[in-house]
Amino acid sequence: MDILVLIKQVPDTEAKITVSGNKINEAGVSKWIISPYDEIALEEAIRIKEKSGGTVTAISVGDDSVQASLRQAFAMGADTAIQVKTDSYQMLDSFGIAEALLKAIEGKEYKVILAGRQGSDSDNGQVPLIMATLKDWGVVPFAKKVELKDDKAIIECEAEGGDAVYESSYPVVVTANAGLNEPRYPSLKGIMASKKKPIEVKNISELGVSGEARIEVVGFEPPPPRPAGRVIDGADAAEKAKALVKALAEEIKAL
Amino acid sequence: MPKILAVGEIGGGQLKKASREVTSVGKKLAGSVDTVLIGSGAAGCAAEVAKHGAGVVYAGEAAEYSGEAYAKAIAALVKDKGYEIVLVPHSWTGRDISSRIATHLGSAVISDATEISLDGDKVKIKKPVYSGKAYVELKCKATPQVVTIRPNSQPIAEEAGAGSVENITVDLSGLKAKQVSYSAQATNRVSVTEADIVVSGGRGIKGPENFGPMIEEMADLMGAGVGATRAVVDAGWVDHTLQIGQTGQTVSPNLYIAVGISGAIQHMAGMGSSKYIVAINKDADAPIFKVSTFGVVDDLFNVVPVMKEELKTHYGK
Repeated sequence: MDILVLIKQVPDTEAKITVSGNKINEAGVSKWIISPYDEIALEEAIRIKEKSGGTVTAISVGDDSVQASLRQAFAMGADTAIQVKTDSYQMLDSFGIAEALLKAIEGKEYKVILAGRQGSDSDNGQVPLIMATLKDWGVVPFAKKVELKDDKAIIECEAEGGDAVYESSYPVVVTANAGLNEPRYPSLKGIMASKKKPIEVKNISELGVSGEARIEVVGFEPPPPRPAGRVIDGADAAEKAKALVKALAEEIKAL
Repeated sequence: MPKILAVGEIGGGQLKKASREVTSVGKKLAGSVDTVLIGSGAAGCAAEVAKHGAGVVYAGEAAEYSGEAYAKAIAALVKDKGYEIVLVPHSWTGRDISSRIATHLGSAVISDATEISLDGDKVKIKKPVYSGKAYVELKCKATPQVVTIRPNSQPIAEEAGAGSVENITVDLSGLKAKQVSYSAQATNRVSVTEADIVVSGGRGIKGPENFGPMIEEMADLMGAGVGATRAVVDAGWVDHTLQIGQTGQTVSPNLYIAVGISGAIQHMAGMGSSKYIVAINKDADAPIFKVSTFGVVDDLFNVVPVMKEELKTHYGK
């Protein structure tokens, strides 16, 4: 079974993010990683391959810096990697990305497309659903368990107020939720081998993506400052607890 | 004024809070709004949602949930009636259907808005990005504009609309992915994303046996939702569905009570847009205190039992 994994490279969760002008200061980001949910999706794809054979292809849209994440995917166990190259990634919205990804895989047949449920930078979770809808493929978001039979995929996922099980025909797009698996650390051998594997580069300008952006990014700003808080005083824990409940009830009327 | 459709939700035949919220937002933005409800017992909820301004309530009966079918039905309605803005709750369901609706309409979707306004006929929103370390302002250029709104981020207003019911059809045949079973979470508690108050526990609670007395019992006194940090979930103390933060749920309650939580950035990403934050932690240097409205620097095992007694008195229990 051939599996495609969508990889988004994002700033490390711990990285300092600053806004200068009305833009994110990307040069100031110390470390970039595979978005955590995408890493879970990649791990799932590799586990499926290890169990049932086939190949795992990792794909990412961006400038040459995303090759670092594709190499990381190799190190974890991906067989091939595609970079959809663009130097103005920020100008693309989710439709642009979805369209570019679909164009880049034209002529290839993946039975399963795995992705994280959302990127940890913008928390949208749109691209996999847009791709599936454009192609009229089955799509199941927020997967907690994936079982692939010959003729259908059985996916357990988080749903409104509970859990649901879906059956989908192929091809199917699945987005990974937390709890699907625990991603592995790449082995030293994997890391060494990842450096020699070729990355297929496709220029977005040659893919014929139509795209004028449908969403305008007006600008970024620092988070609004939270009003100054105060420490609840008291001689002991009991006094502080009483003073806190009083403050919740009377000062902010939250109870 | 642009024509707005709010996409409500029902569960167990009851109107969900998110339906009131998106309908209120639509009414406030454009002065009039219509609401679509799909699910079992949709028409029966029309009067309820009309209290928040719904002029027309489109009711679609569906025996089972299907993001695929719901999105097609809503997109067809938007096309048919010429809606220019579609407001959807950023719930599990809303995230499942919003991108599909926009794709069927050849348009675009903006997700998880915490602030929303109109700039002429176009929607302008703000939302936190990068775990809340920055905010971005976005504007829709395509029409119809589909926007999902973070639950609990907008006020609910009571302003009656006509609430006239029109039925719509939801076609559940020929689905690519079909729901074959559903099991509701076994809890009587309010859902954590809809709760006005959330009580959440971190590693400071020391063990799974303390989650009940220190977190759940206090939450139940206030009718609050319950959450936990990733550390508590990873330790296996509670189910991961309770996790709040980067790889869990995002909540935006009026009051968030963090018990024994240090305040890692990954956790803050999931609760940073709460209106009031309370931290109870014996480490005065814990980062959570930097964002707290009220902080109690003390041992939670001495603080929480007294709070519970005080809350019993407050609520007359």
